[in-house]
Amino acid sequence: MAFLELTNLRKQFGSSWAVDTFNLNIDQGEFISFLGPSGCGKTTTLRMVAGFEKPTSGQIVIYGTDVTNAPANKRKIGMVFQSYALFPNMTVAENIQFGLKVAGQSREVMQQRVTEMLELIHLPETAKRYPHQLSGGQQQRVALARALAFEPQVLLLDEPLSALDAKIRVTLRQEIRSIQRKLGITAIYVTHDQEEALSISDRVVVMNKGKAEQIGTPTQIYNTPQTQFVASFVGTLNVLQAKMVDLANKVLAVDDQHVRVEQITIPVNGKPVSMALRPEAITLHRQSANGKTIPPDSNALQGTVEDVNFLGSVVRIRIRLRDQVVNADSFNNPHAELPAYGEAVTLSFPSEACRVIG
Amino acid sequence: MEKKRTSLVAWGALLIGMLYMGIPLVATLIFSVSSKLHSVTAPTPISFSAYATIFNDPKFGAGLWFSLGAGLLTILISTVLLVPLIYWVQLRMPYLRSVIEFMTLLPIVIPAIVLVFGLLGQYRGTFLTNSDSGLYVLLTGSYVIIAFPYTYRPINTAFQAINVKVLTEAAQSLGSGWFTIIVRVILPNVWTGVLNAAFITLAIALGEFTISNALAQNTFSMYLFYMETKIYEPVAFTVVAFILTWFFIVVLQQVTKRPAQRATRERSAQLIGGAIGLPSASESE
Repeated sequence: MAFLELTNLRKQFGSSWAVDTFNLNIDQGEFISFLGPSGCGKTTTLRMVAGFEKPTSGQIVIYGTDVTNAPANKRKIGMVFQSYALFPNMTVAENIQFGLKVAGQSREVMQQRVTEMLELIHLPETAKRYPHQLSGGQQQRVALARALAFEPQVLLLDEPLSALDAKIRVTLRQEIRSIQRKLGITAIYVTHDQEEALSISDRVVVMNKGKAEQIGTPTQIYNTPQTQFVASFVGTLNVLQAKMVDLANKVLAVDDQHVRVEQITIPVNGKPVSMALRPEAITLHRQSANGKTIPPDSNALQGTVEDVNFLGSVVRIRIRLRDQVVNADSFNNPHAELPAYGEAVTLSFPSEACRVIG
Repeated sequence: MEKKRTSLVAWGALLIGMLYMGIPLVATLIFSVSSKLHSVTAPTPISFSAYATIFNDPKFGAGLWFSLGAGLLTILISTVLLVPLIYWVQLRMPYLRSVIEFMTLLPIVIPAIVLVFGLLGQYRGTFLTNSDSGLYVLLTGSYVIIAFPYTYRPINTAFQAINVKVLTEAAQSLGSGWFTIIVRVILPNVWTGVLNAAFITLAIALGEFTISNALAQNTFSMYLFYMETKIYEPVAFTVVAFILTWFFIVVLQQVTKRPAQRATRERSAQLIGGAIGLPSASESE
């Protein structure tokens, strides 16, 4: 039996379905991320688990107990909000112990727990401060401590890092994951940031228009996307229009150039198809004498450099074929010259790197 | 040159306003310490006998305590009614806000005399009009109604300044019921608005005359009525009423200024710290 079971969850607002037949089983101690664009239903699903939205239909079961109609304050679920939601009239210590106070715990228990939580979030000196005296990152850590202090069954995090700057986000998400692992608590994390979801989750649920498009580990989601939406939403993806030339040998024509694919997962009935190809799977070959040799079994496409974007550790080069463009990523090499605008190049990639997705 | 002219105009308007407000006040004060009528512009000798008369009059103290009691009761009833109402509208029924705001206009538009005679007519022959305690209840109820526009606004403004929904959900996720949420989370964060409303209500209770007169209640403002045959005592009473009102306003300012003062002190400390090279809170993360 899974620790948290979401069965056929549906939520209707007016005439539209914000969440449509959502099914998910989560094991104890698992860290699950809901990933998707704005309006895909991830926060609505989270809020149904928290008890802030009543499902139109479906069931929510936590450790064998049906909590679908239970009020939020009876579910013992900790929640961390995007806006921190610390109580402005209380100190850090008072915020953290609030759940324990409501539960009627003794002063000694509360004091000990507050000390433990402050050590866990590495803010032992802030006990007597008020929320407005803390930075955003500190406030979010206190919010996390408050949500964990009363030992909830499940921890829910609704885009907790989106109000913070990029550098703090990276450190804090690692801290959140580390704390979750240490405590072994089941967690659901809502985010629209794919890097966040992929880097800290045991499994990722990619959502779109109220439905779960794919559920899998970060590696599965990224390397083997099951739908065009997942392929295009997660990571950068080239989606090229192609025509089947030789079904038996799995050869496609992309702008009159031939490409061999390894996998065709959808029926091909003579209509144009979409071929997905990750930018990092492409190797760029320049016409210079020092250019890399194209492996014999690789696909090769001829094109012209249209743009070069320096992204720090990665250089993204846009190449025009005939009618379509392809993005190729390579690691930044300070000793290598970047290709010039208009330069003729060859793109090579293995056949298993491309898939027909629609 | 343009800026200097604007400044002169502004100062001139301020001066005229101050004279317009100040001259009658000063004249009232001078008259209240006059011993002879013809000495109003330069009272000789100065006499505080009018003040002594009113402070020694038992009706003055009785009226003051009566009005303070009615005022405090009005504050309690208004707070108990309005805080949950505004909270619930903010949380679940924001579409009702415009209806309530319309209702706050009614006590301003409808004269107090219409209100009180309407109440008397409605409850004629009942306990509310046939007994002293019933009339006291009518008086307090009337105060709650006429103070409604002035109690609703500051409390509503205080609610607008906090994220009611998120704070409520945070408290619910930690196991709180509605009572705990309102008492421990919401009320402390709208307390400034409640205090604002309280002091305004008190000022209304002390100064209100029409309803008190119609219900024949011995309120603070009715003392003026009892002294209609005197000369200096009503003026002295006016000065005392002014001083009391200003006292409440000063107390209100001090109480409600504290969070801003605290923020100003902290900001000053941050600026000083930054100037001498100490790290800020975000840098120390």
